[in-house]
Amino acid sequence: MSCHRELKEGSPEGPARRLLLIGNPNVGKSAIFSRLTGLNAVSSNYPGTTVGFLEGTVVCDGEAYRLIDVPGAYTLNATNEAEEIARRIVDEGAHRAIIVLDATALERNLVLALEVLERGIPSIVALNMVDEARHKGINIDVGALETALGVPVVPTVAVTGQGIRDLLSRLNEAARSPIEPSSKEDRWRRIGAIVTSVQRVEHRHHTWLDTLEDMSVSPLAGGILGILILGLCFYLVRLVGEGLISYVFDPAFELLRGPLEALAHTLGEGPIRDVLIGKLFNGAIDFELSFGLLTTGLYVEFAMVLPYIIAFYGVLSLLEDVGYLPRLAVLFDALLHRMGVHGYAVIPTLLGLGCNVPGILATRVLESKRERFIASTLISVAVPCTSLQAMIVGALGDSPWHMGTVYLALLASWVIIGRILHKTLPGFSPELIVEIPPYRLPSPSALWVKMRLRVMDFILEATPLVLGGILLVNLMEAIGVMDLLSRLLGPGLGTLMDLPAGAAGPIVMGLFRKDVAVGMLMPLNLTLNQMTVAVTVLAMTFPCIATFIVLLRELGPRDTARALAIMGASAVAMGTAMNLILRALPL
Amino acid sequence: MDVSLLRVKDGGWCVIRRMPSGEAALRLEALGLRPGKRIQKISGMPFHGPVTVCVDGRQVAIGHGVAARISVDTNLQGGSEEVCL
Repeated sequence: MSCHRELKEGSPEGPARRLLLIGNPNVGKSAIFSRLTGLNAVSSNYPGTTVGFLEGTVVCDGEAYRLIDVPGAYTLNATNEAEEIARRIVDEGAHRAIIVLDATALERNLVLALEVLERGIPSIVALNMVDEARHKGINIDVGALETALGVPVVPTVAVTGQGIRDLLSRLNEAARSPIEPSSKEDRWRRIGAIVTSVQRVEHRHHTWLDTLEDMSVSPLAGGILGILILGLCFYLVRLVGEGLISYVFDPAFELLRGPLEALAHTLGEGPIRDVLIGKLFNGAIDFELSFGLLTTGLYVEFAMVLPYIIAFYGVLSLLEDVGYLPRLAVLFDALLHRMGVHGYAVIPTLLGLGCNVPGILATRVLESKRERFIASTLISVAVPCTSLQAMIVGALGDSPWHMGTVYLALLASWVIIGRILHKTLPGFSPELIVEIPPYRLPSPSALWVKMRLRVMDFILEATPLVLGGILLVNLMEAIGVMDLLSRLLGPGLGTLMDLPAGAAGPIVMGLFRKDVAVGMLMPLNLTLNQMTVAVTVLAMTFPCIATFIVLLRELGPRDTARALAIMGASAVAMGTAMNLILRALPL
Repeated sequence: MDVSLLRVKDGGWCVIRRMPSGEAALRLEALGLRPGKRIQKISGMPFHGPVTVCVDGRQVAIGHGVAARISVDTNLQGGSEEVCL
């Protein structure tokens, strides 16, 4: 075979011949992209995974193509941001196009296909998910579809790689379709005729999967199922995270203890030991409290946070690939609508529970600027990321009541701030209109790739920040900035929230990394009530540096400033209120 | 008789008569919902939640406000035992 994929990037520009990979949302474009280029594109079982676009290189018959993964679109008459990007890419022209059709929903998929074919771009069709279609009793005559469209059609199953080789080897057969540009009505008529002539549907009975799909969006059963699934997910994350800590990461750090303590004694007292190892307690290292680069720095990231990151992304990726998330959007729509966003905002919010950065990026699935502002602000104020949550468990895990209070306070501010923003911001919130994909059995290999990508992202992004943060804390302590912060902010914290002046430093450090900041609270000997107030305030104030940068990029400086003002004000208000309530309660 | 999609009972079949105008209609049409199409209502959520319908074997969730403005004809054959495909 003369076609192969190219892993290495060529010149920075890449080859000039553009090959578009285009299709409706959630038809498997990203999976085909990964198969064709060997690069990893994240795919999930819900529409809108790829809002921006990806590029890779494919070589066929000595000809290099720049393969562009066009964001999923139902039509080139743009109705949302992804479709607008898609239309722009098609307008820029292309040498060839691979049109991906979902064999289980041929009629609807043909709208976009005809729009592309009518533009005269030489095309080849990948008829994807033919296995699932067969399962559903849908038979498509591939030869007849080729004749009707006037371009080659290759049946594929992207997740298993079936048909991808054929697709590549027939790429040079891509042809201009004889179909002429037409009006919308004529196009629908043509689609109707094509579907009638190429598709045969066998009579089929309701399967248990159909019943489950119907149940998932019904008021009573769906609600109960939703609570069970979410409850099970949180339980699983906690179970897997704790298991990894007690059986893998803690024992690993105990092995490190000997060599590190030996190093500490070799170094002797002095600034180098303070930075690398930190404080010793009776000559021993305390991984949570020593605050050196090699002790607390590594321990916070790898033994306290990483296990929960692995657990969280494992569970979330599973939910994504099964196709549960859009159903959650249906369940939450009524509530979220009252906060100015529609139900689909549940997806960025859930992603935000892992890390606020991908959460805020995912708000692009929402249509209006107003919705994106509300969703991004809510995520950065009231949705605690996994790093922060892992540390909250570390600080308050022994008292479920206090830990519950933190979550309740965050949930309350999420609802209250959402309501206030919805009532005060001009404009209206658009309605939910979303396709709900069928439930699918996830492919273990795709799950593994996605989880590995996300965990690596965390390690690469967090390591320099956590270690840099610990270094910065030591530096600020040494030159007296921490004392200054305590003197400046301490009185306010004391009066309003009954926190010691020393809590000022950690709260400001939250601007850098939330996990490091909670780590700084631990040596302060706070009471449980004080710790509860402090971590809530820490969670709600400034976003961490990475979130701040992405907010700035997504919202622009003005809206970011507004979001920051909302965060500051609500954190002070919530901290004060919690202090008053907790003091009034006999605990 | 034409009624709003909200009034159709869960599991009931209907034919779309009129779609609302504007951006929402464009998005619904792209999903295959257009006048003359026969659809099954799967469910309607309480508290002004969304309506889920099945069109060509695929479920589509539609916000309450838009669903209220879709008018349909319920006077036709077919019962809830029919599979939406």
